[in-house]
Amino acid sequence: MATAAKATKYVGKPIKRKEDPRLVQGIAHYVDDLKLVGMLHMGIVRSPYAHARIRSIDTTKARSAPGVVSIVTAEDVDGAIGPVPCGAMIPDMKPAPRPVLATGEARFVGEGVAAVVASDPYALQDAMELVEVDYEPLPVVVDPEKALRKDSPRVHDVHADNAAYRWELEGGDIKKAFKQADRVIKVHLTNQRLIPVAMEGRAVLAQYDRGDNRITLWSASQIPHILRTQIAAMLNFPEYGVYVIVPEVGGGFGSKLNVYSEEALACYLAMKIEKPVKWTEGRRENFLATIHGRDQIADMEFAVKRDGTVLGLRAHFIADLGAYFQLLTPLIPTLTGLMCVGPYKIPNVRAEITGVFTNKMSTDAYRGAGRPEATYFLERGMQAVATELKIDPAELRRKNFPKAKEFPYATATGLIYDSANYQGTLDLALKKSEYKKLRREQAAARKSKTGRLMGIGLGSYVEICALGPSSAMPSGGWESATVRIEPTGRVRVLTGSSPHGQGEETSFSQIAADLLGVTMDDVIIVHGDTSAVPYGIGTFGSRSLAVGGTAMYRAIEKLRDKLLKIAGLVLSEDPANLVLRNKQIVSKRDPKKSMSFADAVGAAYTAKALPPGVEPGLEATHFYEPTNFTFSFGTHIAVVDVDPETGDVKLRKYIAADDCGNVINPLLVEGQLQGGIVQSVGQAYFEEAVYDDQGQLLSGELADYAIPRASDLPWIETYNTVTPTPVNPLGAKGVGEAGTIGATPTLVNAVLDALAPLGVRNIDMPLKRERVWKAIREATAGPSGRPRRAK
Amino acid sequence: MGVEIQVHVNGKSFQNEVDPRLLLVHYLREVLGLTGTHIGCETSLCGACTVLIDGHPVKSCTMLAVQADGAEITTVEGLSSLPEAGGGLHPIQEGFWEKHGLQCGFCTPGMMLAAVGLLRENPSPTHAQIRRALDGNLCRCTGYQHIVEAVEYAARKLRAHKR
Repeated sequence: MATAAKATKYVGKPIKRKEDPRLVQGIAHYVDDLKLVGMLHMGIVRSPYAHARIRSIDTTKARSAPGVVSIVTAEDVDGAIGPVPCGAMIPDMKPAPRPVLATGEARFVGEGVAAVVASDPYALQDAMELVEVDYEPLPVVVDPEKALRKDSPRVHDVHADNAAYRWELEGGDIKKAFKQADRVIKVHLTNQRLIPVAMEGRAVLAQYDRGDNRITLWSASQIPHILRTQIAAMLNFPEYGVYVIVPEVGGGFGSKLNVYSEEALACYLAMKIEKPVKWTEGRRENFLATIHGRDQIADMEFAVKRDGTVLGLRAHFIADLGAYFQLLTPLIPTLTGLMCVGPYKIPNVRAEITGVFTNKMSTDAYRGAGRPEATYFLERGMQAVATELKIDPAELRRKNFPKAKEFPYATATGLIYDSANYQGTLDLALKKSEYKKLRREQAAARKSKTGRLMGIGLGSYVEICALGPSSAMPSGGWESATVRIEPTGRVRVLTGSSPHGQGEETSFSQIAADLLGVTMDDVIIVHGDTSAVPYGIGTFGSRSLAVGGTAMYRAIEKLRDKLLKIAGLVLSEDPANLVLRNKQIVSKRDPKKSMSFADAVGAAYTAKALPPGVEPGLEATHFYEPTNFTFSFGTHIAVVDVDPETGDVKLRKYIAADDCGNVINPLLVEGQLQGGIVQSVGQAYFEEAVYDDQGQLLSGELADYAIPRASDLPWIETYNTVTPTPVNPLGAKGVGEAGTIGATPTLVNAVLDALAPLGVRNIDMPLKRERVWKAIREATAGPSGRPRRAK
Repeated sequence: MGVEIQVHVNGKSFQNEVDPRLLLVHYLREVLGLTGTHIGCETSLCGACTVLIDGHPVKSCTMLAVQADGAEITTVEGLSSLPEAGGGLHPIQEGFWEKHGLQCGFCTPGMMLAAVGLLRENPSPTHAQIRRALDGNLCRCTGYQHIVEAVEYAARKLRAHKR
């Protein structure tokens, strides 16, 4: 195991978070908590139509409303602000750049049409209602399958059809696999559109300083540096004059891994008016105009042997991209393609994706981003295989897992899985859930004819984490850190990662303190300030600890070597014999030879007696480029009771057995898993972004879009095995998205397992009572239309 | 025009002239500068803006500032000055810290105040009672389990304090 994990003072322990005291006291600052002198408020007038020509915009009345300072429309910003950037390129992709304000046409409900600036938020609301827009409604297309038909209305007139791109991937010999198969099992599945719902919506504050020609942008973002670069590009403004600061962020889940029109508009207006401009997203806006996730349809065919061996997989995915491309919109579905074989040895694969334009908000990275879709489709498929072939789902999985000794394992989709023991997490989940006992209980329930429908669901997954090698990432997939040991011996870590709830101030401090033999209180982790920290990529894709943490680790190694050289000279000892511990530098050979950490640090700064070739000061930067992704994995088991009368699903028990490599802080890992699993409960049972056929978002508020509440949930048990990754020196893989990847199919499989004796093979998510009830009715209704008994 | 209100917030008295349509949450945040109370939906669904009014949890985006005239209000900033806090962090704040009851922290102030409201009515709640009492407060990060443990921690601590 890695050195960091061996030094055990902090690493590996469930240490309470450093972030929490300020957060529990309400003295931390999110963007909306900031107030600048002369600050104005921006609001966006949004299209109520999913597709409409904008004939004219009359702002006369609004302009004369009290408190109004400025109103701009597409005409005003044309040429001054470039479109929202898209960082993903797919061969032959049709471009769909989003103008910061709707230009000529509005293409989804919620698209910005005008930006209004007023002196206070109440005056702003009044004035926005006075902006008169003359719309000519145009034909709308909402359903991605209909959008692909020849006679469909087109979202973008400039394109011949709504197929944004076709992407394909093939590995092995797919034809042969299907020729050799005993059976071909087909599934048609949907993975519904979701709304991320970070508890803090987006928020932006922009300030322009004419003297320095400087823009300072505070934004609730996951990617401060990318935002800085893109804002500079959109405004054609020198990047050295753009300062992005990300203060406390109230959750992201991918929704803040983007560059949004409001960020550029606020900067533009702050420059124009020369007053600070703030924009705080309302929840309704958050539902309409912050990225959505998922929204894919899959057709899959599994070529299988009678014994359950999966020989090949043919998959076609339709991905609803929405009307425009946000930062990574076209890229996300390709992750579904890449991960479509999951943790199984499926040597022959063909995956195709059709990306489709519709009159809806863009989809983009929502927690898991492409991988939950892949895992859901695959695990539902495996469930179907198990049911058709009458093989226990646990045994089917075991049969198709590569063995631990086969890693690194090359998939037919072209990835190299770093390290794993899939049987290990499967066995752990089976053991902890008392799987055999559960199956006996289920058999008894099925025999008892009480009508009790008990279901046991399994889901195994592999998560592509630690995004990722730069060769596979549009923005570069490295991360940076600068570590500065200050003359007083305190350690300042500047990281390019940009945590927003994950607790990296704690986990990074644990690693740094152990490496340098100081206390966690001696370390401060600084993030999210582009003028302070080196250029970084940000926090997403389960990458911060594995990639950002490794950058810090490498930078600290440089400083440690330097300190030991300096101490070696003072102590007349070979630096190779020196170690850092308890704020001392001590010789392993001769414990009498020691000096304090502070004295060695002091020596670096006073620079009176430095070894030859050693520079004064104690600062090191490292840009860490990972050689591969890392691949976390696990098996989850859910137990449900379905009420045959009402369709109500009661989630009784949930067991998660995960492996994310070495664990730096088990408390934080548990937190990530719990939260992710519950987001999956949301997708599996409650959540769905519903657009009507005119493109109105019906589930456009928290009243209509049900995210899980505390009482919806059982006690969730999490367990883990540890298979370190050889990819980075921490041995840590990543865990941010594991819950949303592994849990969704598990939860649905449990319900389908309960309904299997009735012959129910599919219910589309979310498994609301109504849908489950209907499925039960349809399955049990005899020719007379009356329910008949279960088979 | 403006309406005169007098409120007691976290033990201090304030007198202000406010617009009749000003929401209480905006009064707390913008007029008094108490930004620990967050706004997550402005429709009383998420509970991020929960404060105690005369001891009871109330969503402060549901209420106008003028309706709070004469009220005793406790916000997250006032938790540590409640008598049971004993001059340090309030047991509920301690509980959230100890049990990893928060991640991004945005829902936390409202969640803690809802929990304090519960514990005043029911000092020994079961898990189910805790979950029920927090149903009006949404959290997207934690999955609630650690929050339940945090509330239990606080309940234990508060019961010990009373003994």
